[in-house]
Amino acid sequence: MKPIKQQRGLTRTFAAPMLIAALTLVGLIAALLGGGIYDIAAWITVGGPLIVATVLAWRRRR
Amino acid sequence: MKQRTIRAWSAVHTWTSLVSTAFLLMLCLTGLPLIFHDEIDAALDTSVWAPPDPTAKQLNLDTLLDRALAGRDAKVPLFMSFDDDRPVINVTSGPRPDAPGRDMQIASYDATSGEAIPPKTGGAVMEFILQLHTDMFLGLPGMLFLGAMGLLMVIAIVSGLVLYAPFMRKLDFATVRHTRSTRIKWLDLHNLLGAVSLAWLTVVGITGIVHTLANPIIDTWKKTELADLTAGYEDQSVPNKMASLDSAVRQARQALPDMTLQFVAFPGGSFSTNQHYAVFFHGNTPVTRFMITPALINAETGKLDGVRPMPWYTKALSLSKPLHFGDYGGLPLKIIWLVLDLVTIIVLATGLYLWFARQRASTADIRVRRHVAPRKPAAG
Repeated sequence: MKPIKQQRGLTRTFAAPMLIAALTLVGLIAALLGGGIYDIAAWITVGGPLIVATVLAWRRRR
Repeated sequence: MKQRTIRAWSAVHTWTSLVSTAFLLMLCLTGLPLIFHDEIDAALDTSVWAPPDPTAKQLNLDTLLDRALAGRDAKVPLFMSFDDDRPVINVTSGPRPDAPGRDMQIASYDATSGEAIPPKTGGAVMEFILQLHTDMFLGLPGMLFLGAMGLLMVIAIVSGLVLYAPFMRKLDFATVRHTRSTRIKWLDLHNLLGAVSLAWLTVVGITGIVHTLANPIIDTWKKTELADLTAGYEDQSVPNKMASLDSAVRQARQALPDMTLQFVAFPGGSFSTNQHYAVFFHGNTPVTRFMITPALINAETGKLDGVRPMPWYTKALSLSKPLHFGDYGGLPLKIIWLVLDLVTIIVLATGLYLWFARQRASTADIRVRRHVAPRKPAAG
């Protein structure tokens, strides 16, 4: 039982950081591939998590 | 995770960070203005120059080169580059073909008349910052040293990621416990900001390390990719009488008609062989504009020896530039880059604070134990 529980714990812990990392990489590469819509995609995927994290941190302060 | 494992990763994280922090802070601070170097250069530049007659025909490149070198002490041409947005050529020369950067002279000329045009002003500050950021004015050893600091940073990121698990096990993402001790508050902030900047900092770190290897990468390219062109000429130096530059560039243009002319590397310099004009072009799509391809023209016979697409490692070097400096993707991406740079500075500062706080706590702990607990006899 314990390894499964641990596994779940790790997934939970790393879900948000890994999602942010994936979005960041997508954005950094998108802006290289083209202008216009690609640049806008990059602003959202790289910049978005920063805003979301700030809001979450504000809400979850305790 | 076992206590012992955590302690080992913690030691890795602490020491890789402590050794590199001062240099990483310097890199963050100098890197900050470099994100906006295009904007800053444009703002600082008060020189106004417009071509007297934008429709005028450009002069022959041989004539332009002769005029450019006429008034100089350093007579050996090293590079000629071409501005994209105006009929201007920039000529770099040195006392010898293999002259180091500090001995080089550069100036810009109107390609329609050969007249020197006023140099852009205000470039010295950014030049200084870039040099500090690149090698701390120490040349190749400085570059490689900063590369090693980058490598330590990547190890610190990996170990930080491992440590994130035990520290955040019981906490939701982005929890900052600010009513507890200062140490807990800064620890939570350090973890949050580290998690947020993880991928970005890894990309900037790895591409930075690639940059520090630029010289060995270019040397390898010359030794392997251009080896067959120099076979049989190894002992020869730069030819005394050189074929027409203008004709060389014309042939190169014919060989690569769909690309944009960027610069010519003269024989004997770092980007060519002793026997060739290397005429470099870049692509016109967003990705290929970072990629350069040379056409090599024999400087003695004036004949095209071939077009050499760059190998993967020099392409990686080219792509590392925007990904490291963040000077792409429009102003919003640059601003995001600035925010992430500031986030990194906070991660470094809080990390340093946490180390100090722990040092203080453990010395206080020892003092308390000495006073409270009776001293045990030392184990033999």
